[in-house]
Amino acid sequence: MNAISVPEGAAGFLARFAAMQGRLPGDSTLRAAAAEAFRALGLPGASRGRRVEAWKYTTLQPLGGMSFRSAEPAGKIAIPDSPARIVFAGGRYREDLSTAVPGFACFADQPDFGELSWPDRDPMVALNTMLAEDGAILTVPAGIDAGIVHLIHAGIDGTSAHPRHMIRLGGGARLTLIETSAGSGRYLHNPVSEIHVADGAVLTHVRIQTDGTEAFHLATIYAAVAAGGTYDGFTLNIGGRTTRTEIHATLNGPGAIAHLNGAQLLTGSQHADFTSVVRHAGPKGTSRQTIKNVLAGHSRGVFQGRIEVARGAQGTDGYQMNRALLLSPDAEIDTKPELEIFADDVKCSHGATVGELDAEQLFYLRSRGIPDNEARSILVRAFLAEALDPVTNDIARGLLEDAVALWWEGQAG
Amino acid sequence: MPADNETLDTVRSVTQSGYKWGFETDIEMDVAPKGLSPDTIRLISERKEEPSWMLDWRLKAYAAWLQMEEPNWARVDHPRIDYQDIHYYAAPKKKAGPKSLDEVDPELLKMYEKLGIPLKERAILAGVEGADQEQPRQIAVDAVFDSVSVATTFQETLLKAGVIFCPISEALRKYPDLMRQYIGSVVPVGDNFFAALNSAVFTDGSFVFIPKGVRCPMELSTYFRINTRGTGQFERTLIIAEAGAHVSYLEGCTAPQRDENQLHAAVVELVAMDDATIKYSTVQNWYPGDANGLGGIYNFVTKRGACLGDRSKISWTQVETGSAITWKYPSCVLHGVDSVGEFYSVAVTNNHQQADTGTKMIHIGKGSRSTIISKGISAGHSNNTYRGLVKVLPSASGARNFTQCDSLLIGEDCGAHTVPYIESRNRSAKIEHEATTSKINEDQLFYCRQRGLNEEDAVNLIVNGFCKEVLKELPMEFAVEAQKLLAVSLEGSVG
Repeated sequence: MNAISVPEGAAGFLARFAAMQGRLPGDSTLRAAAAEAFRALGLPGASRGRRVEAWKYTTLQPLGGMSFRSAEPAGKIAIPDSPARIVFAGGRYREDLSTAVPGFACFADQPDFGELSWPDRDPMVALNTMLAEDGAILTVPAGIDAGIVHLIHAGIDGTSAHPRHMIRLGGGARLTLIETSAGSGRYLHNPVSEIHVADGAVLTHVRIQTDGTEAFHLATIYAAVAAGGTYDGFTLNIGGRTTRTEIHATLNGPGAIAHLNGAQLLTGSQHADFTSVVRHAGPKGTSRQTIKNVLAGHSRGVFQGRIEVARGAQGTDGYQMNRALLLSPDAEIDTKPELEIFADDVKCSHGATVGELDAEQLFYLRSRGIPDNEARSILVRAFLAEALDPVTNDIARGLLEDAVALWWEGQAG
Repeated sequence: MPADNETLDTVRSVTQSGYKWGFETDIEMDVAPKGLSPDTIRLISERKEEPSWMLDWRLKAYAAWLQMEEPNWARVDHPRIDYQDIHYYAAPKKKAGPKSLDEVDPELLKMYEKLGIPLKERAILAGVEGADQEQPRQIAVDAVFDSVSVATTFQETLLKAGVIFCPISEALRKYPDLMRQYIGSVVPVGDNFFAALNSAVFTDGSFVFIPKGVRCPMELSTYFRINTRGTGQFERTLIIAEAGAHVSYLEGCTAPQRDENQLHAAVVELVAMDDATIKYSTVQNWYPGDANGLGGIYNFVTKRGACLGDRSKISWTQVETGSAITWKYPSCVLHGVDSVGEFYSVAVTNNHQQADTGTKMIHIGKGSRSTIISKGISAGHSNNTYRGLVKVLPSASGARNFTQCDSLLIGEDCGAHTVPYIESRNRSAKIEHEATTSKINEDQLFYCRQRGLNEEDAVNLIVNGFCKEVLKELPMEFAVEAQKLLAVSLEGSVG
């Protein structure tokens, strides 16, 4: 073990694991294996000479030099007032701030690492598996409509949080899960979520990330969808210094559906990476993805999306669209939409566009007497409104629109 | 490689695998011992009577190559290549530089006859039946056989126009200043593993120089053939088009049928000055291996063009049907203001072939534009990958790219993959990318079958239609040949 040198940036996390090892819940062998994997993989971009294709456009080098502590179990924080809410602060469940949600348990009490994740391949998942202290274990039994549940994470300055969530929907169950992540100061939020959607079940998963501008938010989601089930995901990334949303959705049964939509609104020197892998493992699956980037200031948006069609996944219908609007001369977009197809009876396509505001549209508005600034504002808001279209749940939509409006006000002012 | 009508007619019938170029020519060869070392490189340089700076350049490349690792990011799979088990030099036993066709080994001429190359200066190709006989098209051919160029036609006619078209080894002797200025200027010696290897051991290839304002009076063509067992072919092509010059260059390749794998690692460099245009077309038909994936050429090629001048244009067109493995990304570096890069590609894979091919368009100049049209067809157990990069640097205001990648799958055991990278750092750049993957449309197939076409003909017709946008970019003789090649490549993939 000593023969392997500790890669740059990983030492602090490994030391924390060594100190906490005895007190962490769940399978200690799995955690030790994850620690070994993290030691081998290191933080992407933090060690010289270790280029990983999956992290081509995102480096966690700034994170490597920082040290974090665990959050205190108490402390005052402001949270939205939702009727059914599960609140975490700095990665710890806060019973005092949460409401009673049927089917909910704490990871700390009922640790469940699931079976979909790859700590041996994904460094952030290895880190999470190594250090996870708490998380939401949420189960919706077959045939139940659980309505809306709000999963809230508050980031706390100086801490690193590695929550481990497990969402299981039984056959025909329904749930709208609204996940928000916000906070202030310098912190790391590194959640791993595992989602199982059984036959005919529908999970609507709306994620709104408005973390502080010094925060790192690195989320990994694994979703498995059974026959006739739907995983309907939407992610809005507004906050954070460096953020990454990595979603792996696998369509196992015939007729399974996955929607991985999203929007990233960035400014200043923010960096946001949206990475998705949709795997059509069973026949007749449908996947839809529309990701929009609006980039101001010196920001950099990244989209990496792969549609995989396994041998035998005949009748697959996969579609992916990525659009980027560059509002400033210094913004940058990097896009890599991939298709990997091993079945012949499929219909798969992707598209990507990059550009600034359309000159003709601008001219159209100007010619009708609308001042330049206002015309630009109308066009950007239209671009954003279109990005939110896939979200039909009123409450989720309302939250998204508020967040977008706030961002736009910040740009205009 | 242009082919006469007879060639086209016999394409279908000959060998079992449909690869009619599978013969081996029995010619006495001058072969260097297997293995790669500074001594091998000195031997090559000596045989070529190269200036000493060239030897230094090669040794520098070799030193760089030793430090490099073979790339492993492409979606191709092959046993480790033993670089010491290859002959790096093989030439027909003949004093270098035959002055006329009479001096050329008759076996060699026979081979070119079999290949359907119009090597004899009088052999003029008629494009289609009843074409204007008074002004037939003329094509100048440079033929490269294993390691050396054996014959170049029309050299005199071209020289009158000021065009230099000769083997690169000859150019090193005759035009050392031009060579020294441009060789490695687009693909530096240490660019990548295979380019470094090529720089160290390249043996021949073509050199083209079109002076200022000259429109090359005829199509230029190079014909590459690997013949000797256990050899690798490492040719290097350099094309320079000065301001306002215009040239269309064609490249064809074949190899004998063997159960071993042979390595082909070429480098092509193009340089276009202000208002110059270079059109580079390839029909790549190296031996693809047999139906079980045994044998075939490893085609690991670096092709890059630099649009140095304003309003310069480089256009790559390729039809890739051969090779066991293709690893090739013809690219354009668009330095010039309003410069243009184009990439039109058809890649067909059948049986156990693997192709990982695409392009890079690097936009540096203001108003630079690029178009990428890629058509991939996979059949049998093959894998076909498009891999491309469109990169817009902050300086490239108003840059424009359009990319379309379509994949067609024939049969349920093959794979089709698309890996485009799009990087933009200029807001005024406009980039559009589209990709689709599907199988042959059942309705189209039904329509053809209903009109009495058998399934294979129907598939060929549909495939040709699918590739039309690319095929129309080829010079006419190539286009006819390419259509036939598509049919041959897909033989046995239906039903």
